[in-house]
Amino acid sequence: MIIEGFIALYIFMLAAFTGYEIISKVPVILHTPLMSGSNFVHGIVLVGTMVALGHATTPLEQAIGFVAVILAAGNAVGGYVVTERMLEMFKTSKKDDKKGDNA
Amino acid sequence: MSMIINLAYFAAAVLFIVGLKQMSSPTTARPGIIWAGVGMVIATLVTFVHPEISGGVNYTLIILGIVIGGGLAWWSGKKVAMTDMPQMIALYNGMGGGAAAGIGAIYLLQATPETVSNTGLAIAVTGSLIGSVAFSGSLVAYAKLQGLMKKTFTFGGQQVVNIAIFAITVILGFMLATGGGEIGSATLLLFFVLSLAFGVLMTLPIGGADMPVVISLYNALTGLAVGLKGIVLDNPALMIAGIVVGAAGTLLTQLMAKAMNRPISNILFSQFGGSSGGAEETIEGTMKEIQANDAGIMMAYAEKVIIVPGYGMAVAQAQHKIWEFTQLLQKRGVDVKFAIHPVAGRMPGHMNVLLAEAGVPYDIIFDLDEINEEFKTADVAMVIGANDVVNPVARTNPDSPIYGMPILNADQAQNVICVKRGKGSGFSGIENHLFYADNNQMLYGDGQKVAAELVASVKALG
Repeated sequence: MIIEGFIALYIFMLAAFTGYEIISKVPVILHTPLMSGSNFVHGIVLVGTMVALGHATTPLEQAIGFVAVILAAGNAVGGYVVTERMLEMFKTSKKDDKKGDNA
Repeated sequence: MSMIINLAYFAAAVLFIVGLKQMSSPTTARPGIIWAGVGMVIATLVTFVHPEISGGVNYTLIILGIVIGGGLAWWSGKKVAMTDMPQMIALYNGMGGGAAAGIGAIYLLQATPETVSNTGLAIAVTGSLIGSVAFSGSLVAYAKLQGLMKKTFTFGGQQVVNIAIFAITVILGFMLATGGGEIGSATLLLFFVLSLAFGVLMTLPIGGADMPVVISLYNALTGLAVGLKGIVLDNPALMIAGIVVGAAGTLLTQLMAKAMNRPISNILFSQFGGSSGGAEETIEGTMKEIQANDAGIMMAYAEKVIIVPGYGMAVAQAQHKIWEFTQLLQKRGVDVKFAIHPVAGRMPGHMNVLLAEAGVPYDIIFDLDEINEEFKTADVAMVIGANDVVNPVARTNPDSPIYGMPILNADQAQNVICVKRGKGSGFSGIENHLFYADNNQMLYGDGQKVAAELVASVKALG
């Protein structure tokens, strides 16, 4: 046990503020890629499904775990592929990339 | 060994936060997703040596699952057209929610009075409920946007049924959480079935136009579910990544809802677009028509042109031709800008992606706030495939369903050209008063064909 009781609550609170802060200055042009990117990040659930399937003992648990791993891997890989594809296309007309942030 | 695992999870959490931060600026967005990807790979690889994973069969299943799920997602993600991106995000997001629910199911199945606390159970139950709703709700959203489900589905007393189902689900969840680990399998099954049913029923009555906000909401919910599973599994990487996404997704949902001028509660609990506008209003003026050739020449001799693209342009696949036309104008010294309404396309930012795909650099693309004052000084505003987002009734008529929605002030330009497939109202079924304005001319035709004609007309000038 590395996260206990109130520590979990503190992590929860700090992570929530962090999430809110990072997004607050995002320009509209990045809303879709960012939604997709954050969708990718919660693909970390893959790690959780691996552990859950890892200590599954009955066939029912294994079946649920197996499906969960498939779904989670789909979330992570799919989220990455589409986000990367979208962001790859963003170009600027200026050759030298200065801070062209139009936020 | 556990030291290495914990360090790896810590590194992953840092990389996710840095990656998301970088993704919020166009210049650093690409490295951002790559860093987040590195974090994901590190976390996944190190989990293979996690002490809680045991049994050769389970290892095989894990690898097989990753190969199948990852492979299918890789293939579909590479293949999907940019116009279909919103529903693809919904699908991947739903998968994440389902995975979180699956973790919850296994935890609850394994729970015994000796191994679990009521707090742990309560968190697992809450996470499972949220994950299930995000899963089934996202699938419905996907089906709707993909056109697999055409109609919104409503029946009398729907709200009451929904509330009843939700209440029963919460009661069942409460029973599971306070049972001290004595989990009845019938209760458990019913809990999951009703959670999934609630996600479906909640999403069915929501119209296609509101879907982006809903997808964003489910994205936030999945994040929250994943974060809760992180607490259950005692896994900080899941916790931090999940909660960060949960909070970021909530803010993003609010931003989108605000841009569409639709409070989130309205989207979720009222049906939009059923009856539009009430009484027929009379509109002054007549629609005037213009030919593509004349429109092209008009813009070629203009000083400043603002193009307002909408989803219709993307459906017609006209963005490449429009960019070619833009370049021709730029060579003639015309100042061309693109004005993007927050809900152009299917979700905020979607149109930017579609324009980027055509090669339009993002520094000539502007948000509503940035460009709205400039319409006054523009010689020509060309609206292509957009309708409601330039409808002045949003400013003038309090009875209109879109009243109060921020619109692009295309009507303030010297001349307005509206490219449209045919006569008729927009997505929401509301008459567009701009079409009848004195300074407006209609250019009828398929977006791509019109764009090609515009290109030809400017080329002909030499």
